[in-house]
Amino acid sequence: MPDKMHIKLTVNGKQEEFLAEPRELLIHTLRERLNLTGPHIGCETSHCGACTVTIDGKSVKSCTMFAAQAHGADVTTIEGMGGPDALHPLQEAFREHHGLQCGYCTPGMITRAAKLLEENPNPTEEEIRFGMAGNLCRCTGYQNIVKSILAAAAEMSAAKEAAE
Amino acid sequence: MKDEVDSREDRVANLKGMGCARKRVEDARFTQGKGNYVDDIKLDGMLFGDFVRTPYAHARVVSINAEAALKVPGVLAVLTAKDLEPLGLHWMPTLAGDKQMVLADGKVLYQGQEVAFVVAENRVAAADGIELVEVEYEELPVITDPFEALKSDVVLREDLDPTADGAHGPRKHPNHIFTWEVGEKETTEQVLAEADVVVEEMIYYHRTHPCPLETCGCVASMDKVNGKLTLYGTFQAPHAIRTVVSLISGIEEHNIRVVSPDIGGGFGNKVGAYPGYVCSVVASIVTGKPVKWIEDRMDNLMTTAFARDYWMQGKIAATKEGKITGLWCHTTADHGGFDACADPTKFPAGFMNICTGSYDIPTAYLAVDGVYTNKAPGGVAYRCSFRVTEAAYFIERMIEMLAIELNMDAAELRRINFIKKEQFPYQSALGWEYDSGDYHTAWDKALAAVGYDDLRQEQAERVAAFKRGETRKLLGIGLCHFTEIVGAGPVKNCDILGLGMFDSCEIRIHPTGSAIARLGTISQGQGHATTFAQILATEIGLPADSITIEEGDTDTAPYGLGTYGSRSTPVAGAATAMAGRKIRAKAQMIAAYLLEVHDNDVEFDVDRFVVKGAPERFKTMKEIAFAAYNQAIPGLEPGLEAVSYYDPPNMTYPFGAYICVMELDVDTGEHEVRQFYALDDCGTRINPMIIEGQVHGGLTEALAIAMGQEIAYDELGNVKTATLMDFFLPTAWETPHYTTDHTVTPSPHHPIGAKGVGESPNVGGVPAFSNAVHDAFRAFGLRQAHMPHDHWRVWKIANDLGLHD
Repeated sequence: MPDKMHIKLTVNGKQEEFLAEPRELLIHTLRERLNLTGPHIGCETSHCGACTVTIDGKSVKSCTMFAAQAHGADVTTIEGMGGPDALHPLQEAFREHHGLQCGYCTPGMITRAAKLLEENPNPTEEEIRFGMAGNLCRCTGYQNIVKSILAAAAEMSAAKEAAE
Repeated sequence: MKDEVDSREDRVANLKGMGCARKRVEDARFTQGKGNYVDDIKLDGMLFGDFVRTPYAHARVVSINAEAALKVPGVLAVLTAKDLEPLGLHWMPTLAGDKQMVLADGKVLYQGQEVAFVVAENRVAAADGIELVEVEYEELPVITDPFEALKSDVVLREDLDPTADGAHGPRKHPNHIFTWEVGEKETTEQVLAEADVVVEEMIYYHRTHPCPLETCGCVASMDKVNGKLTLYGTFQAPHAIRTVVSLISGIEEHNIRVVSPDIGGGFGNKVGAYPGYVCSVVASIVTGKPVKWIEDRMDNLMTTAFARDYWMQGKIAATKEGKITGLWCHTTADHGGFDACADPTKFPAGFMNICTGSYDIPTAYLAVDGVYTNKAPGGVAYRCSFRVTEAAYFIERMIEMLAIELNMDAAELRRINFIKKEQFPYQSALGWEYDSGDYHTAWDKALAAVGYDDLRQEQAERVAAFKRGETRKLLGIGLCHFTEIVGAGPVKNCDILGLGMFDSCEIRIHPTGSAIARLGTISQGQGHATTFAQILATEIGLPADSITIEEGDTDTAPYGLGTYGSRSTPVAGAATAMAGRKIRAKAQMIAAYLLEVHDNDVEFDVDRFVVKGAPERFKTMKEIAFAAYNQAIPGLEPGLEAVSYYDPPNMTYPFGAYICVMELDVDTGEHEVRQFYALDDCGTRINPMIIEGQVHGGLTEALAIAMGQEIAYDELGNVKTATLMDFFLPTAWETPHYTTDHTVTPSPHHPIGAKGVGESPNVGGVPAFSNAVHDAFRAFGLRQAHMPHDHWRVWKIANDLGLHD
């Protein structure tokens, strides 16, 4: 068995440091080592997006990335997006517009949507459907997910305008 | 008190009861990553188990050598059938009256079948162990075609006595499971012989898979000190699982606690009992430690319950004016290696006998032959009631072909054959009593909404333009009027493993006027915690926000048969209303006592009991709740609790009218859904927001099934579609926008008139999408093309019709 690797990374603003086998997948690091069970495992082949997290400003499917590849990186999971006292507008919007049912895809959806809105603060429905195509949902038929993201985009734009 | 100044309207709104679009109480935890799914469960010292699976679809297992695997650091044990045999657990009963190997007992019958269970300290060590278990196989001839199976000398199930009856009567061949017949064979054949017009066709509803985003899994934890087994898992029927575990393990039922935590979608996949559950329990008993088993996606698609795989030979007879006179169907049902269908015991082909659909068909006959093949077992109701999607697809295809034969408009042909409103309750030729319906109203509303006549005009122009070489795109108008049968069901004819299919609700009102209600069902995304509280709010007059709904823990919830087949609202929803009414009945007595009048002199009004004729004299339910714990009321026990076990008198029959407008590119086979209109009548509507969400989701699953999703096998029994690369799940990009609509025809026998909706969109959606494809090519002579209508198959239709020449 190869030597364990010394890995350091930042997860939701917190420094983490540990020894791991080179083959340890990032999703297992998050879920089993760090007890961040928000990101889920749905396929382990990068198709479903339930494990989506943000790494150094990019949406990444953490089921097909080694923890070692995230060495030195800044990782954000759903747990880092907003808590009971300060929900992210997307978290509010998904609830308001029934953008989820079983909830299994939701952490990945919201994490991905946040990144999408960062890149494109005022997306069209078509741009949302294209930008979210890496995240599968089996329950909602996406219509209310799209609605939720549009609503959050409007909310965030209005808030930004008010702040300026 | 604020209550006293609120208007009646405000008081109703404050309850957030039935009919309002209450936001879901589940969402706070799900949107913040705080759901609790089975793979999130972490117990001290927990081990991980995983399977060695066969690459062969049919083979003898000559030997299993686990020596090298056991040397892997972290691997603790490798279980095989030999280890389970002394416990009598190497086989287990299926829900269909058959038995199934837990681990390969001498042979394997389908690719991916469980051969050995490796128990290790973690999932990585288990995977390493699996790699090193050496299994020697001797290949046997593979049968993946049910028609071939019935002719073959190759016996798949050597464990069965070929001459003995099966669970559903005589078997005709060693690979035959059952014949199920309903209706009048001779009369129907006579009608067919004498009819003006008969259409005959084979319709194949391909094998597919529910594929919830979360796979199946469990954590078994045997506490040897207290003799208690706790089993957490993705169970759509936790109470039934507890009974099954008790029966096969010998552990007394009170020593077993089954918990369904949050479930990441089920769609039928999580109804059955799987070898992973049994092996985890055994491994936990052997090691004394908790053992987790979680399927990966390939395991899920290859081995846990599939859906459909019905070959339906149909004949439909009509007068030349288009009045249907008879329907005949013979189905060859491919059940795979074991008969593990999830159907009520007396219905080995589920409710396939709803195949007369929405039509007044005087004479009908249905026969279904179940067959073993070298494919995975299952046959669950994938987002439908038992085999209802198959039935709806069958009749909705037959009627389209009849329209072609009669040269009639398919919408008009439906209209003249619909069961009329005044015929309800309607006795169908195949034995069901439809509770209520108003099909003509729904149909006319749907046709008007899409501008049906204009669409037909546009279609005719498109065909003409195509023939002139001006376009390569055709227009399809997919029609469907479906009738579902859900809410299994009356205990007199519906049971699973002998357990009657009632359901239950237990309510406790707390002294300060809030409540907890527990049910025998389990949500997998349907939002039970939200909607059942709404039913109760209306029934007992306490705000939905003050009512906690709890399901899925067999130690605390009353016994029930679980959530599948759209049965939660029809059965557990009824139990909830009935238990609520018991609360209200006692509350009435308390109120009368407090108001010093006779019981009959007070009446319920939204959230209170008022003295008749003196509305200023009242007691709110909140006040009554406190009084129940604080006053010594003569003749009444303290407290305010109720339980209801509801045995429905009949099924419910939701229906709907769906229209799909689709553009098809003749050269690429690509489709574009231009419009999809879905009108659902699910009776009384509890939460319109949730209904709409259910319809969107069900339609998207229908889109997948009709347009590309399948479990396909090659001739060696290899599963060709075992990853999400090959198994089609539509993305947001491929999914169209849906328009939803409704009519309301309450169920006359359900306490609140609700019928259930979750599965209607899948039942009605598949024929609507498929009929759109067929309809686009109707002008060029297409009658029947099997699903899924992926790009290649649509291109092939065009090619076979000479449209590429």
